[in-house]
Amino acid sequence: MFVGTGRFRLYAAVAAGSFRRFATYRIATVAGVFTNTVFGVILTYTYIALWDEKPGLGGYDQAQALTYVWLGQALLTTVAVMGGGFEDELMARIRTGDVAIDLYRPADLQAWWLAGDLGRAVFQLLARGAVPMAFGGLCFQLALPGDVLTWLAATVAVLLGVVVSFALRFLVALSAFWLLDGAGVAQMAWLASLFFSGMLLPLNVFPGALGEIARALPWSALIQVPADVFLGKHRGADLLATYAFQAGWAAVLLTAGRLLQAVATRRVVVQGG
Amino acid sequence: MAELLRHDQEGAARAAGRDEGRAGPPGPADGAPDRPLARARDGLRAYRMISAMWIRSTMAYRASFAMTALGNFAATALDFAAILLMFSQVDALGGYRLPEVAFLYGAAATSFGLADLAIGSMDRLGRRVRDGTLDTLLVRPAPVLAQVAADRFALRRLGRVTQGALILGYALIALDLTWTPLKVLLIPLMLVSGAGIFMAVFVVGGAFQFLAQDASEVQNAFTYGGNTLLQYPPSVFGKDLVRGATFLVPIAFVNWLPGLYVLGRPYPLGLPSWAAFTPPLVAVACCALAGLAWRAGLRSYRSTGS
Amino acid sequence: MDTALDPDPAPAPDPDFIALDGIEKVFDVRKKTGFLRRERHQVRAVDGITFRVPRGEMVGYIGPNGAGKSTTIKMLTGILTPSGGRLRVAGIDPARERTRLARRIGVVFGQRTTLWWDLPLIDSYRLMHRMYRIPDRRYAENLDRCVQLLDLGDLLDVPVRQLSLGQRMRGDIAAALLHDPEVLYLDEPTIGLDVVSKAKVRGFLRDLNAESGTTVLLTTHDLTDIEQLCKRVMVIDHGRLMYDGPLAGLHEVGESERTLVVDLERELPPLDVESARVVKVEGPRQWLAFPAAASAAPLVAAIAARYPLVDLSVREPDIEAVIAKMYADRASS
Repeated sequence: MFVGTGRFRLYAAVAAGSFRRFATYRIATVAGVFTNTVFGVILTYTYIALWDEKPGLGGYDQAQALTYVWLGQALLTTVAVMGGGFEDELMARIRTGDVAIDLYRPADLQAWWLAGDLGRAVFQLLARGAVPMAFGGLCFQLALPGDVLTWLAATVAVLLGVVVSFALRFLVALSAFWLLDGAGVAQMAWLASLFFSGMLLPLNVFPGALGEIARALPWSALIQVPADVFLGKHRGADLLATYAFQAGWAAVLLTAGRLLQAVATRRVVVQGG
Repeated sequence: MAELLRHDQEGAARAAGRDEGRAGPPGPADGAPDRPLARARDGLRAYRMISAMWIRSTMAYRASFAMTALGNFAATALDFAAILLMFSQVDALGGYRLPEVAFLYGAAATSFGLADLAIGSMDRLGRRVRDGTLDTLLVRPAPVLAQVAADRFALRRLGRVTQGALILGYALIALDLTWTPLKVLLIPLMLVSGAGIFMAVFVVGGAFQFLAQDASEVQNAFTYGGNTLLQYPPSVFGKDLVRGATFLVPIAFVNWLPGLYVLGRPYPLGLPSWAAFTPPLVAVACCALAGLAWRAGLRSYRSTGS
Repeated sequence: MDTALDPDPAPAPDPDFIALDGIEKVFDVRKKTGFLRRERHQVRAVDGITFRVPRGEMVGYIGPNGAGKSTTIKMLTGILTPSGGRLRVAGIDPARERTRLARRIGVVFGQRTTLWWDLPLIDSYRLMHRMYRIPDRRYAENLDRCVQLLDLGDLLDVPVRQLSLGQRMRGDIAAALLHDPEVLYLDEPTIGLDVVSKAKVRGFLRDLNAESGTTVLLTTHDLTDIEQLCKRVMVIDHGRLMYDGPLAGLHEVGESERTLVVDLERELPPLDVESARVVKVEGPRQWLAFPAAASAAPLVAAIAARYPLVDLSVREPDIEAVIAKMYADRASS
């Protein structure tokens, strides 16, 4: 039990450190908020045109569709749809061999980086999520939930989305153990993430089988699922099933990451670091 | 600007250290600040040499180059995939059918792709200022703008140009237009001027980073954001947004004004039809203003050193 | 080496080759005082510096971090524009004619390589050849000489990323010299190098200066660099020139002491001699401090006459200590 709280404190400290590190980039954060807002405005108009043409598309009315746009901008960096989290650093450490040091730390490699990524995500949700969302809410007719419970439920879904996103990027980063240059894999990964997360267009709008496949893949846990929870599409038992979907993917992918990590660790140890 | 592009394509072949044959003693005329033409020539020459070096650098990792070029192609194709998905649900967007939207998309993407290929690394300027490596460029006998523009020159960005050109090609086949010589002429004019306007945006963004080194993302709002805006017809957007894109940051001249003329549709702001032929002038004016902004930015760096 | 890296024809003597008159550099610094609040105040990084460096001299430019060293070098190379004063290098105003000056100077930034990371060393040199428009014959001669003297023969076809720090520094120095610069600025040229590489770099610089008359200005933290290379030293702190003169004179200014280390036949109580005091005893070895200006000979004779002396050596004072003492003296006076 004592060891348990010690560990928890360690990871809390890692997360807090990561939060503070991202908080030091003030100008970059302001610049990012500006860019998210500009993209939000552009996408808003295209969605208005689309929903004007076909009201009720994907089961959303226009206000819900616009809410989806601004939610996407708010979550873009939080769930790291296009990367930009810890993975670049971890890949660099693997390439230079510094990762050997991490492996001998009295902390678990995966948990260590997960804690850091959660710290980053919380900062970006607050700093880069809030302002574009507020801007969108002031300038356009959005369908914001009226009850606190939905806000809370959506926050949980976002956090689960961050964990799924982390697990995916952890797998990408570990590929650097086997590939000389991981940039190609990282790029493919964020392409898949951009397309299948619902960032580009709600997955409900994808036609037929493509839509069904996209909604079943882990990336949908990043944007589509949190957005639907926020829009009140999942309530009661359905909400629990939605969480189970996210948590299930998180568990599968984190386990895969652990297995890969074990193989990689053996490799590092055999090569003598 | 087109010359800028042509030169760097030849660059790889020339990088093998071929004799220039015009080496002369450094005279007072060399790089004298009062000779803009000589400076432009010097700049193009430096740009060509440095970009050739970067091409050779990336060719050291061929497999990675192939993969990132493909990725660049795929990444830009996703934009269009979103448009196709929209048209899987509707027949028109803002009153425009798919081939028309594809035409606007292809024109914007090709112009933007050319600008991105030529000087897409301008957004790294802030990083160079921060880590001090900009100083190593300032002690070389070549214009800094040319050196920064050629920095990290990446042929993989041809992926974006290719994707844009393919969509444009599809649109030209799918569109049912009555072609006039003027419209045919307007297409290459539009692409080249559009690239020029986007390049000016890149340079202004770079100049801005002299003042705010961490603000490279602001540039993305105008470059990538502008590109996204132009991929849809202006009728989709609010009047104020169209006005801003026409008169404030005149990216509407990249493809909206000339493109709508080709498509035979009226421009929302009621501009006269000859405005469709002004993009070359707008591009020249933008580049001149961007040059001034760059000079001001560099001067500020050299006086503050930050 | 009878051939050297000099510009033809042989340079005429020029006492004002590098000339600074009351050079100032003032920065506006904005300090954070709250989340988005900033307070502006001015920092005088260089505060009225005047000096001359004649053509062909090799000068050390030293001082603590943040003293204004790099700011001065940046103004001399045309990177930064001075806020006040007059500055000429080879008759050129660096701020106004940066690119013209660039052809006549060479710059080596100790910690930032200008070489192409992923390409063989020779490729970077070919770029210099073309960018500086070096005549083919000159380029071939200069490259040959640098390769020979800096021992680069086996490295030319190696990608720069695979070079050791010392090899890369030698590569960078060669890159800065291919266009026959009349002035060479070196910013921490031996930082992080091993002993052998340091010796190689120093030997090369000494020969370069002696044989081709290249004017060299070097900043360093390694005082051995200065001791072995520069007859003249300039010390800067808080943007002001604190000392400009020969290295030996720096000791006098600092009123420093030299140390005589004597090995005796057996352990003895601290020696009792005039004009020196024992600062440390360790078995049969003792350390005696004496004024730097005084000669060691009479002291040694006095000790030899009275004590069983086995061996001895004289240690020069640590320059950093000298400078520190100099600052302390100024502050207290």
